[in-house]
Amino acid sequence: MSETERRTLTDHPLFQMTLCRFLGFIREPEAVFWTFVFPILMAAGLGLAFRQRGPDKPHIGVVTSASSASALVSLKKDTTLVAETYDDSSGAKALRTGKVAVLVESIAGGVHYVYDPARGDAATARLFANRAIQTGGGAVETIATTDSYVSEKGSRYIDFVVPGLLGMNLMGSGIWGLGFAIVTARNQKLLKRYMATPMKRSQYLLSFLLSRLVFLVLEVLTLLLFGHYVFGVPLRGSLLALSAICLVASFSFSALGLLVSSRATTTEGVSGLMNFIMLPMWILSGVFFSSANFPSVVQPFIKALPLTAANDALRANMLEGASVAGVAPQILVLVLWMTVSFGVALKIFRWR
Amino acid sequence: MTEGPALLVRDLRKAYGDILAVDGLNLEVARGECFGLLGPNGAGKTTTIEICEGLLSADSGRVEVLGLDWDKEPQKLKERLGVQLQDTKLAEKLTVAETLRMFRSFYRERKTVDEVIALVELGEKRDARVGNLSGGQKQRLAIACALVGDPEILFLDEPTTGLDPQSRRSLWDLITRFRESGRTIVLTTHYMDEAEKLCDRIAIVDHGKVIAEGRTNELIDSVDLSHLPAPEPRRTSATLEDVFVSLTGRTLRDE
Repeated sequence: MSETERRTLTDHPLFQMTLCRFLGFIREPEAVFWTFVFPILMAAGLGLAFRQRGPDKPHIGVVTSASSASALVSLKKDTTLVAETYDDSSGAKALRTGKVAVLVESIAGGVHYVYDPARGDAATARLFANRAIQTGGGAVETIATTDSYVSEKGSRYIDFVVPGLLGMNLMGSGIWGLGFAIVTARNQKLLKRYMATPMKRSQYLLSFLLSRLVFLVLEVLTLLLFGHYVFGVPLRGSLLALSAICLVASFSFSALGLLVSSRATTTEGVSGLMNFIMLPMWILSGVFFSSANFPSVVQPFIKALPLTAANDALRANMLEGASVAGVAPQILVLVLWMTVSFGVALKIFRWR
Repeated sequence: MTEGPALLVRDLRKAYGDILAVDGLNLEVARGECFGLLGPNGAGKTTTIEICEGLLSADSGRVEVLGLDWDKEPQKLKERLGVQLQDTKLAEKLTVAETLRMFRSFYRERKTVDEVIALVELGEKRDARVGNLSGGQKQRLAIACALVGDPEILFLDEPTTGLDPQSRRSLWDLITRFRESGRTIVLTTHYMDEAEKLCDRIAIVDHGKVIAEGRTNELIDSVDLSHLPAPEPRRTSATLEDVFVSLTGRTLRDE
């Protein structure tokens, strides 16, 4: 069969299918919101909530009595803590509800501290209170000390959370973007209709990856530019390495999306599957708080999750300036997920 | 090229679990013919046509489309046939022209987007989103997608089911025009009037078998009206409905 006309690039099936995915997506206002606007709102919200401010001063409760007056005076003089006065019962309540970390009572010949040693800030508060009272009572520090304060960009919460949001976004748009589009096409018998044309299956799947690529650039750029210029989130690594990490992560999540959607015939069915896969990673993979908080027994499992690998690699690159070689273990994890998911998905994919 | 039948089906069988959907079905459709597969829902029409379209594989039997075998030359065959499926929903966010441009890119030999749009008379809706089209317009677009690859044989599965009378008539005109260009059409329907209007020959299918086959008018003439119940005053001539009732003892609409 001969070509009856010269084919232009825009007439290539791969171009046409990618274009249709792209158009289908940008004409879906909700999808645009969740992909582009939501991560920025999230970053802005978290950035404002955890913005830089002075260290929290410990709140010390003093139970008022005739003998506690001098302790109160000493505490009030110390600007590194906040002293509040209570009577017996309201003092106990303030301690119970966490309004104060330590309750100071006067006893014969000294002061008595009431606090819960299991509360992290309570022991510190006791030290603060005790120092103030001892100093007020005439105690002198025998060794001179000086302090210098460090507040470096890259160690704030917003610096931690922006790479996490980026990783989460790559996962969400990869899995959702592919999953819903494929399952909808299957559910509406579009896949079956395509099967009755000479369309190549590989090109159909490839068109999803290509359209993801277009969105990837837009998604990553909006979030990074916002984080960088509004909150001063550092970009210490090379941008080329950062792009490579985003690309591998995105393809890895797209392959996972393909796997998730390879059999399901209803969007309800695939939604459940997607949540089943994504929810553990939202919690375990260090998006909003460090995954180091989980017990060491589960650490190898957490490290093997693709979102953990993506987040760790993004943070290493953006905050510590790591190169691609520097995040090789994470890249390896992502490539493994990509290869296995894609391979299995192709094997079990339901085309009708 | 134009030798031999456009479609040849021999002793076709297909079962879904315990249910025998197609049970030894035979068909032969000549080139340039409009052929109708008629029967109630569940008779095996759709299964048969989807096997002919290469979408389902048969358990046994032989299917040749345009002299080609699905097992041997699937890609070549797909280039040469046009298909409209019963329940395809095209992407709602794309326009008519975008949808056709994409389908067109799959084929080597093809019509231009504007040609098919003119053929199905969707010129005014060229840039309208698929989601905003009426049922009849969506169906014409589905057929346009089947025509854009300039097929030699067109498979239509219940092309007018669920459409209003005006849309049906406009689709009939469209199908008639395609037949007049000398191409082959195989369609399924459970509407008698549709088969009478469009088809040169029909096969009546029930329980996965062809129970009657012939030229449409000859089938109608062959029926003996005398033993039929006459719930309402009879027209002077028999209809396909009568043919079906006399063959199966029930009306199509019961199904």
